[in-house]
Amino acid sequence: MTKAISVSGLHKSFGRTHALDGLDLEVGTGEVHGFLGPNGAGKSTAVRVLLGLLRADSGTARVLDRDPWSDAVEVHRRIAYVPGDVTLWRNLSGGEVIDLYGRLRGGLDRGRRAELIERFELDPAKKGRTYSKGNRQKVALVAAFASDVDLLILDEPTSGLDPLMEEVFQRCVREERERGRTVLLSSHILSEVEELCDRVSIIRKGRTVESGSLADLRHLTRTSITAELAGTPGGLAALPGVHDLDVRGHRVRLQVDTGRLDAVLRALGESGVRSLTSTPPTLEELFLRHYQAEGAEGAAGTGDAKGAHSGGQVATR
Amino acid sequence: MTTTTGAVTAAPSAARSGGSRQLAGTGTLLRFALRRDRVLIPVWVAVNALMVLSMPNTLRGLYGTADERADLARQMETNASLRAMVGPLFDDGLGALTAWRVGVYAAALAAVTSLLIVVRHTRDEEESGRQEVVASGMVGRRAALTAALLAAAVANGVLALLVAVGLAGQGAVGAVALGLGIAGVGMLFATMAAIAAQLTESARLARGLTAGVLGAAFVLRAAGDSTTDDGASVLTWLSPLGWLENLRAFAGERWWVPALIGGAVVAQGVVAYALAGRRDLGMSFLPTRPGPAAGRLGTAGALAWRLQRGAVLGWSAGFLLAGVVYGRLTEGAADLVGDNAQARRIVERMGGQAGLTDAFVSAMVGMLGLVAALYVVASVLRLSGEETSGRAEPVLAGAVGRLRWAAGHLVVAFGGAALLMLFAGAGFAAGHGRDAGAILAACLVQLPAVWVIGGAAVLLHGVLPRGAVAAWGVAGAVLLLGWIGPALDVPQSVLDLSPFGHLPKLPGGEMSWPPVLALVLIAAVLVAVGLTALRRRDLTT
Repeated sequence: MTKAISVSGLHKSFGRTHALDGLDLEVGTGEVHGFLGPNGAGKSTAVRVLLGLLRADSGTARVLDRDPWSDAVEVHRRIAYVPGDVTLWRNLSGGEVIDLYGRLRGGLDRGRRAELIERFELDPAKKGRTYSKGNRQKVALVAAFASDVDLLILDEPTSGLDPLMEEVFQRCVREERERGRTVLLSSHILSEVEELCDRVSIIRKGRTVESGSLADLRHLTRTSITAELAGTPGGLAALPGVHDLDVRGHRVRLQVDTGRLDAVLRALGESGVRSLTSTPPTLEELFLRHYQAEGAEGAAGTGDAKGAHSGGQVATR
Repeated sequence: MTTTTGAVTAAPSAARSGGSRQLAGTGTLLRFALRRDRVLIPVWVAVNALMVLSMPNTLRGLYGTADERADLARQMETNASLRAMVGPLFDDGLGALTAWRVGVYAAALAAVTSLLIVVRHTRDEEESGRQEVVASGMVGRRAALTAALLAAAVANGVLALLVAVGLAGQGAVGAVALGLGIAGVGMLFATMAAIAAQLTESARLARGLTAGVLGAAFVLRAAGDSTTDDGASVLTWLSPLGWLENLRAFAGERWWVPALIGGAVVAQGVVAYALAGRRDLGMSFLPTRPGPAAGRLGTAGALAWRLQRGAVLGWSAGFLLAGVVYGRLTEGAADLVGDNAQARRIVERMGGQAGLTDAFVSAMVGMLGLVAALYVVASVLRLSGEETSGRAEPVLAGAVGRLRWAAGHLVVAFGGAALLMLFAGAGFAAGHGRDAGAILAACLVQLPAVWVIGGAAVLLHGVLPRGAVAAWGVAGAVLLLGWIGPALDVPQSVLDLSPFGHLPKLPGGEMSWPPVLALVLIAAVLVAVGLTALRRRDLTT
């Protein structure tokens, strides 16, 4: 598969702050890629490097098979970018800005522009100053989705949208994927990521800590199980991958590495299962593990019974 | 700074009393404003005070004897074009000479300081959205405006005090009058800016409107003083700067003039307060009209023109009008006195050139050139404004190279400066009614110097993006050197720092290409280095 974005070992410092500390990122052509990380992890810095607005100190970055710094203009012809905080010119109308952004890229599909304005319920005649945060974002989103480009870079694009508009946004992203376009979506809205993204990369402190498909990542986490058994359970503690085992009479509560679920279920079945609740790992749990500043790397290591420790390994498959 | 601490301690009690909830939080906001302006206000006040206080010494050197001073006074009485430049002289004492030579400029500088302070702490804050959070605190509806005006009052008050104390040697009464007058004009423009900040939604426009009034005040005073020798012309009275002149510091002070200024300050303040209490935060009284649903802007250059065209039109109109008025003043100026060695020497000290009519034209055109330097800095710094506001980011994320993006604004800046000088020349020639070619040439020859200042701004933006506003310091220093440098007897090596000092004095003087070409080259190098740096550095966010 060709790569729309390919980044390795990217470093960027601002004075003493190391915003990027060896970032790796691979985004395949045609995929919707989630880009996640806690506040200050370096997401926006990475995006600005990908746009050639910042120059990396070291490491390589390729966007659409070009160098985003030296070939900025050529790369930008095929990119649409939506910043998280859209600032407009106070005396230009939304429609004017949409058309301007479109012309500054590869061009604008007039029909799609009209359709998107309709769908996002945007009034394009209003001036920049009078738009709310959500409406300013819609201006940038309409311009991005209506532009004739190959790659969309969306940096927390929905932080001001209402749930209805969030729906519209998600539909638009799916349409983009169906047309074969690549989307890099930086977001904190996990349901949105779960809904849209083929693969995700999680970064923390300027470094990629996990990368892969959601299924891959889920595999690395634990499933919670609560079971009511006919007899006394035996041998559960000895099973690999079982954590926080709590047995009270016939009642069992435990957590198990999702990759080891099979053996646990078999063991439970031997004792006769009366009721069973299994809670798959939520995305929140997955992300919280990585977001939490201390011990996140260690936590990732506990799930590595099958050796899938590093994000890189998952990413390369 | 006792005023500050007094106001700060008073504020909580005012808030508690409940009697003035409209002003709740003023003390905190004032302290905050002074904290934010802790460098700007002291620098402005110090520069202004130094300019005034160094005057008596220099004037003593230039017009040491009573005879020389009497001669100067006679010249000012009889020579209309000299009066247009600096106003009438009401007494031949050193104090009166100081007030005459520097009063108007000091008042203009105080006015600029004041209007910037007020807009910075009112409309700027609202436009940026920062005021929203502040206003959601225990802050009254009129507190921000009050704090801004008080901050301006602190600056003007300290300036008045410095002038009054520093010039006391020339006569305490006159010193107090001059100090009051300068500070009064400052507050006049502070309250005017306060009104403008209520009426417009854009801080830039509020500043522009108030500065436009200041420019008009300059031109009106000149026009009025050319027609009468005692400042009694209606035109002079229409100009706040003319009021300062008519205060007659050190020459039989008219105390009702400061009272008049005070009255006008209060009246404008009342209007601003009434407006401030009635409108919504962030809004103005003029509702924003809808714009087109589709746009024709398609390039970074078109965007730059669209963003700057209003400013270019406003500046052009101002330069055209100023040119017409100055042209009218020139008309017949020479006839009044003929050519006279003494008058010529005075004009030369204003930075002009021999030959009275030519000298007058040359001095006025030079003044317009200096003002054009302010335009070019404002225009170049739009780059910096676009960048720091985050609006440049999506544009540069489009298929637009940084050079192309910058070029759009630079064409408006450097080409606009040429347009301004053309308009000034056209107005001048129309008002004067002859010598159109020579006048136009005199206007255009200012351009290389203007461009050098613009080049300095480009360089600063490229190399020191966060320090780009220092370009205003460059323009301000050049302006001061040009206006009062010659009168201050500043050493030639310092005067030479200003690119305007190297221009051939047209009309009348000899056209000399080497310095002109050298300045064009310097401007080109500054722009090239600035753009190269811009291309290589990170975008600031």
